Formats: sequence, C-alpha cells, structure tokens
Amino acid sequence: MNELLAKYPTEIKAILAKYPPEFKRSSVMPLLHLAQGDPGYITPQAMQDIAEICGISITEVGSIVGFYTLYYDKPLGRYHIQVCTDMPCALRGADKFLKELCERLGVKVGEPTADGLFVIEEVMCLAACHRAPMFQVHGDGDLVYHEHQTVDTALAVLDALRQKAAVAEEGKA
Amino acid sequence: MSEYVLLRHRDIPDLDQLKVYLKNGGFDAWKKVVTSMEPMELIQLAKDSGLRGRGGAGFPTGMKWSFVPNNLWPHYVVANADESEPGTFKDREIMESNPFQFLEGLMIASYAVQAQNSYAYLRGEFWQIGLKLNQKIAELEEAGFLGDNLFDTKYSLRLHVHMGAGAYICGEETALLESIEGKLGQPRLRPPFPAVAGLYASPTVINNVETLTNLPPIVQNGATWFREHGTEKSPGVKVFSLSGCVNKPGNYELPLGTPFRKLIYELGGGIPEGRAIKAIMAAGASSALISATDAALDTPMDYESVANLGASLGSASVIVLDESVSMSWLAQKTTHFFKHESCGKCTPCREGTYWMAHILDRIEDGGASEKDVDLLFTVARQMQNKCLCALGEFSTMPVVSSLEKFRSDFLARVDGQTR
Ligand SMILES: Cc1cc2nc3c(=O)[nH]c(=O)nc-3n(C[C@H](O)[C@H](O)[C@H](O)COP(=O)(O)O)c2cc1C
Ligand code: SF4
Ligand code: FES
Repeated sequence: MNELLAKYPTEIKAILAKYPPEFKRSSVMPLLHLAQGDPGYITPQAMQDIAEICGISITEVGSIVGFYTLYYDKPLGRYHIQVCTDMPCALRGADKFLKELCERLGVKVGEPTADGLFVIEEVMCLAACHRAPMFQVHGDGDLVYHEHQTVDTALAVLDALRQKAAVAEEGKA
Repeated sequence: MSEYVLLRHRDIPDLDQLKVYLKNGGFDAWKKVVTSMEPMELIQLAKDSGLRGRGGAGFPTGMKWSFVPNNLWPHYVVANADESEPGTFKDREIMESNPFQFLEGLMIASYAVQAQNSYAYLRGEFWQIGLKLNQKIAELEEAGFLGDNLFDTKYSLRLHVHMGAGAYICGEETALLESIEGKLGQPRLRPPFPAVAGLYASPTVINNVETLTNLPPIVQNGATWFREHGTEKSPGVKVFSLSGCVNKPGNYELPLGTPFRKLIYELGGGIPEGRAIKAIMAAGASSALISATDAALDTPMDYESVANLGASLGSASVIVLDESVSMSWLAQKTTHFFKHESCGKCTPCREGTYWMAHILDRIEDGGASEKDVDLLFTVARQMQNKCLCALGEFSTMPVVSSLEKFRSDFLARVDGQTR
C-alpha cells in the first residue's frame, strides 16, 4: 500500500502530469516537498512510497534528500528559523542578530528549543540582502520570509508561530 | 505609463494582476509572435537587439537560440530562476511584482524554438513565488494564452514550475537540468551542450529570468528601440542589485554603462557614517575585488569595461565594501559559502574550498603565520582552470584578488590582531 498516494491522490496526479510520462523520476523533488509538509521531515515510509512512484531505489531518494538542504530526514524542530548570515547580510549586522536571537532564546544554533518547536539555523544568501537582518521560517509545508528584522520583531514572529501551533494541537485533540 | 522596461510595477500599481497587465499592453507581444511571426524572424530580432544573457555570462540570446537544431525534437526552454548568488535579488523582485512580463518572455522564447513544454526552475526558498506563478499560469490557461492551438494556430504551449530545494549549484545550467530530471544537482560534462542535448537529452535553451523579461518590450518596440539604452556591445537596461556598505541598498534599473559612482553615491546614497569606500564586488560573491579608486568608480558598468578592470559584471550584483571591512574576513565568508555549495563532483573544487576555508579560519582566529597566507594563495592558484564547472573558479576570485590587493589585511591578522 502506498500511503503517500492514498493521502494525496490529486496532488500526486498533478505533479506527475508536469513531466513526460517516461521521465517519472522528475517528480521526486516535488513529491519530497509534498511528503515533508505534514510531519515536517521525510519519513522512511515516505522515501519508500516516493521511490515506488518514481521507479527508483530508496537509496537514490535518500541521496537526493541528503544533497538538497531544504529536505530533512529527521524531526528537528517544527519550524526551522533560518537566519541568513552570508556576507552581504553580515555586512548589515546579521551575525550580531543571530547571536542575540540565540541568547534571548537560550539555545545554540542547530539545537531545538525545549518545546521542540523551533530550531535556529544559519543559511546562505536568500536573495534578500538589501533587507537584512532577515530569516525564513520553514515548516508546516510553507516557507515564509521575514525581512528588516530586529531581535524583538523576530521573537514576536516566533510567539505568533507558537500560538498557531497551540491552536493546531487543540484542533487535533 | 512607465519609464521602466523591467521594473514597471514600480510605476503601475497591481501590475501582477492579469487585468492590469492586459490594460498596459500585456500579451500583445505574445499574440503578435504567435499569429504573425516565423520563429526565424523572432530569432533574428533577438540577434538584432543585441540582448545578452543577464544570468552572468552575458551570452547573446539570439545566438543561443539559433544553436537549437531543427532535426531533433522536442525542444525545451527553461527559465533559470535559481537566483542564489550572494548579493543578487533582482529576479525575485521581477517575479514577485511583474510576474506576467516574465512569463510572457518565457512564452516568447518558447515560441522562438517551438518548445511546447517549458519550465521555470525556482530555488526552493522562493516557495511563495512558486505558488504565485502557478496561479498566474492557471489564469493564462483560463484566458486562452496558454494551452492547445493558441489563437487558432497549430502552436500549443504549457508552462510548469519546478521547485529546487536549496543548492546554489543548481543555478549552473547543466546542474539545473539534472535537478529537473530528479537527480543530484551536479554539473554535466560538456560537450554535448544543452542546445543540442539538454533536458531529457533534447535540445534545450536556458535563459535567466531577467533576460526573458526583456523580450516582450523588444517584440513590441523593436531592436532599434532596445539599443537606445546601454552601449554598442552591451545594449539595454539592467537591474543592478546594490548591497553591502551603502545607505540605500536595493534594485536599480539603469542603462548598461552607467558608472559605479552614480549607482553607489547618487542612487545608493553613499557609504554609511561617511566612511570611505574600499572595494567593490560587481558580480556577487563570485567577484574579483575591484579597488575603489576614482578611476574604478568612474568605470561604466557594462560587460567590457568591468572586464577591463580585471573583474566581471556577472549578474550585476554590486556589493560595496568600506574601510571598516577586513578583506581577510570577507574572503573567509565567501569561501565558506563556496565550500558549503561545492557539489563535490570534482576534487580540485571539493578539496580546494575545504583547504581555503581551513586556512582562512586559522588566519581569522589569529593562529596563523605569514606562511599560511602564502599557502592560501598557492591553494587558490592551483585550483584555477582545473574545475569542472565555474563554481570552483568563482571560489578563488575573492581569495586571489583580496590577497593581491589587500594583503596587509591578512598580515594584520597574522600579527595577532582580531576583528
Ligand atoms: C555556479 C553557478 C551558478 C549560477 N547561478 C545562476 C543563477 O542563479 N541564475 C542564472 O540565471 N544563471 C546562473 N548561472 C549561469 C547559468 O549557468 C546560465 O549561464 C544562465 O542561466 C544562462 O542564461 P542567460 O544566457 O539568459 O544569462 C550560474 C552559473 C554557475 C556556474
Ligand atoms: S567545480 Fe565544484 S561545483 Fe563545479 S562540478 Fe566541480 S565540485 Fe561541483
Ligand atoms: S546575503 Fe543574506 S539574503 Fe543575501
């Protein structure tokens, strides 16, 4: 039984239709984005399902997950808070911003917060160098930019996410 | 009306709405090419305009299209919307705010080589833009601008968005094709070139977003009009992404050939707190540093003039560095970028970026000697001309040029000073 196919039949049909029928393998990246949306990472089951749909081995799917930085093979924070500290942003205070953000949250880069909701990460240029300091939030199958940030505005963004997550959990209960 | 050619949304509110875009002449060019132009005519028009690729290499667009053979089918066009060069944020603004002009350009390029399926490859971080483009494409299908037998001709076209997932190397055109094919984003050996064997081994044209966005106005207004801006060899306007130590960073649409000084001081508001300018990177992190002398500041920003400074215009991502910036710190930052983004396929780049980063970390930590500074230079030099794709070469640019022009910044660290 292909769980992914059972869960997203229309989405998967639309993905496959974008590529020539004899090149099913092209669907692997959009399928990974789709599968990652809900649990927030690629589960072993999802890898197997995707391998089956694309007609490639699980190892091949795994190597794709490993190559591209936006795919995660482990659950590590529901929201990835990805701060750009690349050179142009660093010239506008991004390193200091990251340091202070971590201090205020009491975490280190790469370590999830105690509630498991957030993990702060350092990333390369996000094409927003003129609006530094900035970060993107990757989670819940979405990816949103936050630009012209201060540590206070960033903490407010995290608060809003915390509330959103709490409401979602209540809905599930 | 707008004085802008590419950033027209800055003058026309809601240009990202189909109604508004149509009211401002949108898709007139598209209708014109499909109903009244032969593909060869369109290719000739692109050649006559002198349009050069805006993705970095500045290759003439019409010539690129003409390499596609007519005895091998199908053909594909792929829009390169990977935009990951540090300091570059122009394609993002175009796609966010003037998406239809970009899509119309992609459609015109598709018609030029008679592609029936074309792709836009977006870096994964442009997730919101991907959603938006998908919606715009659906609207175009609905309106009859995309689909089968367009305007009752035999020509049919569909557009698809493919999202990347975080890998700078996928901006390199053959790595990009691998990525669409569902493989690791690693460059291919050339030949064969994509024009002959590209996506799915079929003839493929890859053009940058900004290149494509130039096409609707060229079709509407003609090659002579296009050449009214810019220089003889670098005609047209260009979006310059200005960042770094400057008061007003942002995108500026200017004729090619505008001097650095005008961009940095007149439009960009100069250097913060009245500090002195030290160097310029004209092509993002992949740049050789330009010492910001008076002569350099008066240099016109076109492909030839910047090359004469020993640098390259690339995608025109101008990063300004002032006297407070240590070039050893800068080289460390860029080197870590390239080390992180090296796809690992070839040894000189994989190992070279690793060692350069290692030595630069030691220098910045204050634990290095002058010998390490020389070693860094040797490692960078040895990488040059040995890498499979341009990324490896790019990684050496800031290192070699900063060592040649600002060696004292490195020696200051060696003497035990820290930032
Ligand atoms: C490492 C590397 C990264 C690149 N990144 C991009 C990119 O993000 N966007 C782009 O348009 N071109 C990029 N290029 C250039 C492309 O390979 C290609 O030349 C370009 O898309 C062609 O389009 P054009 O002729 O319209 O400029 C990159 C090249 C290299 C070597
Ligand atoms: S030069 Fe670097 S990025 Fe290019 S193919 Fe070699 S290892 Fe990959
Ligand atoms: S360097 Fe941070 S967005 Fe470009």
